[in-house]
Amino acid sequence: MIPQRYPLKLLFTGAVILTTIVLAVVISSRAVTSAQGGASDWQTIAAERGLTDADMRAAAMTYTPSGVMDEYVMFASAGQGGQVLAIGMPSMRLLRLIAVFTPESWQGYGYGAGHEVLEQGFIDGQEILWGDSHHPALSETNGEYDGNWLFIGDKANGRVAVIDLRDFETKQIVHNPAFLNDHGGTFVTPNTEYIVEGGQYGLPLGGEYAPISDYESAYSGMITFWRFNSEIGRIDYDQSFAMELPPYWQDLCDAGKGISEGWVFCNSFNTEMATGGIESGNPPFEAGASRGAVDYLHIINLDAAEEVFLNGGAVDINGFNVIPLETVIANNLLYLAPEPRSPHGADVTPGGEFVVVGGKLDPHVSIYSFQRIQDAIAAGPTETDVFGIPVLSFESVLEAQVEVGLGPLHTVFDNQGYAYTSLFLDSAVARWSIGAEGYRPQDGWTLINRTPVQYNVGHLAAAEGDTASPDGRYLVALNKWSVDRFLSTGPLLPQNLQLIDISQPGDFTQVLYDMPITGAEPHYAQIIRADKLHAWEVYPEVGWNPLTQSVDPNAVTQGTEGVTRDGNNVTVRMTAVRSHMTPEHIEIQEGDHVTWTITNVERARDATHGLAIPFYNINLSIEPGESITFEFDAIRPGVFSFYCTEFCSALHLEMMGYMMVQPR
Amino acid sequence: MTTSSISTSNSASVESSASEASARRMTRLSQVFLLTAAVLLLVSISQPYWGLILHAPQYPGGLQMRVFVNQMTGDADPRLDEVREIDTLNHYIGMKSLYDAAQLEQAIAIPAVILMAGALVVAAVLWQRRLIWLLTLPALGFSFIFLADLAFWMTYYGQNLDPEAPLSSAIHPFTPPILGEGVIGQFRTVAYVDTGWFIVTAGAGLIAVTLVVRLLRNRASKG
Repeated sequence: MIPQRYPLKLLFTGAVILTTIVLAVVISSRAVTSAQGGASDWQTIAAERGLTDADMRAAAMTYTPSGVMDEYVMFASAGQGGQVLAIGMPSMRLLRLIAVFTPESWQGYGYGAGHEVLEQGFIDGQEILWGDSHHPALSETNGEYDGNWLFIGDKANGRVAVIDLRDFETKQIVHNPAFLNDHGGTFVTPNTEYIVEGGQYGLPLGGEYAPISDYESAYSGMITFWRFNSEIGRIDYDQSFAMELPPYWQDLCDAGKGISEGWVFCNSFNTEMATGGIESGNPPFEAGASRGAVDYLHIINLDAAEEVFLNGGAVDINGFNVIPLETVIANNLLYLAPEPRSPHGADVTPGGEFVVVGGKLDPHVSIYSFQRIQDAIAAGPTETDVFGIPVLSFESVLEAQVEVGLGPLHTVFDNQGYAYTSLFLDSAVARWSIGAEGYRPQDGWTLINRTPVQYNVGHLAAAEGDTASPDGRYLVALNKWSVDRFLSTGPLLPQNLQLIDISQPGDFTQVLYDMPITGAEPHYAQIIRADKLHAWEVYPEVGWNPLTQSVDPNAVTQGTEGVTRDGNNVTVRMTAVRSHMTPEHIEIQEGDHVTWTITNVERARDATHGLAIPFYNINLSIEPGESITFEFDAIRPGVFSFYCTEFCSALHLEMMGYMMVQPR
Repeated sequence: MTTSSISTSNSASVESSASEASARRMTRLSQVFLLTAAVLLLVSISQPYWGLILHAPQYPGGLQMRVFVNQMTGDADPRLDEVREIDTLNHYIGMKSLYDAAQLEQAIAIPAVILMAGALVVAAVLWQRRLIWLLTLPALGFSFIFLADLAFWMTYYGQNLDPEAPLSSAIHPFTPPILGEGVIGQFRTVAYVDTGWFIVTAGAGLIAVTLVVRLLRNRASKG
């Protein structure tokens, strides 16, 4: 037995060595092959990743190499995040978050700075520190985006904000104290004379109380026309006015343009004046508001309304100029036209000839002719609604209807004479031809194709799509649900913004890119050519106050820094430059009221500094040239290490100082 | 005889008037040269004499410094104030502020240039006098005086770094090149003479030509 052991052991050892060699050869050859594959040409990579020709086409249309700029910028609302997003297209790169209604610590908005703007949006002293931003609108000149200003409405509290596109910062928030919600805003008139903010849910005016049983008599709808002063970039509150509307739940509005300039159109969806009350056995709103066969398109003569307002036709409701409904009717400021029940959207074609209303619960889009509306008004409407508002007959104003699919909501336009309507229930986008002169009379009013999108599409946005001359090329579907489009990050899912190629005529359209959006539900977006935007690289001069867009007389220059005291009032004057703040020791006493000015004296692009003071809830973003003044009470003694929150330089961590608060 | 003597005297006067005419032409040309040099000198002060570009990854277009006889600027857009940016960076290595450099030179530059140009005008008028050597000398040497002064300041700044500066352990005193490439930290520097320097040097060339012409004429007339 013993002599046999050695050959066995030899055999065993040999087998192990042989196996190792074979394995080594196989693995190394595999490794070499895969290394070659990984480093090989794009065709191999595409094949390995399973990308089709269509995928590669989409990649070629969207891939934007480092340092190459996008052609378009999309401004998308950020819903209940209360913000606005600036997104580059076609790369779909997120370029900027703009804080509007909600404090945001990266921009230092509401944490030492920005309070002046946020406080404008407080209602009767009530702090409101969020918003449901819905519909962004770019300022226009002659019906074209001019790239100067951006407006956004807050559905929850009925407010409108003004953003300056030189620094992408919010400058103003206004609120019509006669009403408390909106939806049909913001939309601008062709020269941004007015920013239109349509209300949504009927309410007693002026924040009053009235029982729901008095809905028909005590509740109203509202549309506000905010007068915009382009010179100073601010809404002129006193020159603004509102119109009382019937409590029909006005929804989305659009301003006329071209031949319909001076008119405004809104759809509505509760002409039933349902009051809900599911808990009492009443039909819930979703059923009650959908019961009737028709709702009403609101046709508003804004030019005439302005004249009535200027001639003293408005009354004061809670400090705001409101034209009462009886004055509206007496002066023929409002006409109604039936719409298929519970519609959505009222979108004016680029030339202003037609208004397109999506059926929502009806598979058609209904196209109203402005000329027919004018003819019907001239002929004299024979019917009125229960409030005595003239109703134009459906047949007299309807130009065409196109059956597009289930759940048609919003419509946008391109440069080829096509319109695009989102189909919420079908999760698709319908392309249909506008069969009128100036569009595609050769195709007539017909459905061209449907592009599936993922999923539950709400608004659409097309490149320069709301202007008098849309660019076409790109369309974005703002999908409410993303379901299975992205890796799971728990039960709360992102929205899905899908970029769609609409550059080719006929039935070819292609989804190019999916962009998840978190922190927000983008309701609507507008897309502007990037070369129309002229944002500053740094603030024009050192010591700049972004609220006044001028040099702040209180700004600090180098060599004049210091801490001074006047009784219990302490003034800190500080400069910031890489990589230090001057002064670095702030010696104060418990109970002092501190007024602190910090000026970033940098001139280099991107040399932003932050200033965080622990415990005191302060964090600023001080961009190159900017000067910020903030105040607080030194209520707690101790030593507080303040520091720069923007990684500004190699010695960023050293950019700090101590605030010493001596106990009394 | 009479005729011939007349003719001889005539031919002599013709010769002498011919050489006088050529001398007058030369004089006029020299005067034009000197006045042109004066104009070039005055024009040059509107242009940068010297420039420096600092290249680093985080400054895609580079940082620019332009030196005029009486000021320093950065980018074409003065609001960006790139000299301040260079200054900000320099403080890390303990270099003194560029705004403190050559203050005397910058202050007297404009009057000095006007004086030099005036001296050239006077030299053009007093073309025959020996004084012109003295009058033209400053303008003749100005472009080199400028570079020499620049070299002095560059050396002084490069050699006198604050030893307490944040990066003093990494960047030791150095002499930056006044022409050509250098390296400081992550920056590659390119220094060059600029439009103003070329203009004033062209003027100096004109002055040099007139002086050589004059020297040769003097030699010829002596010979």
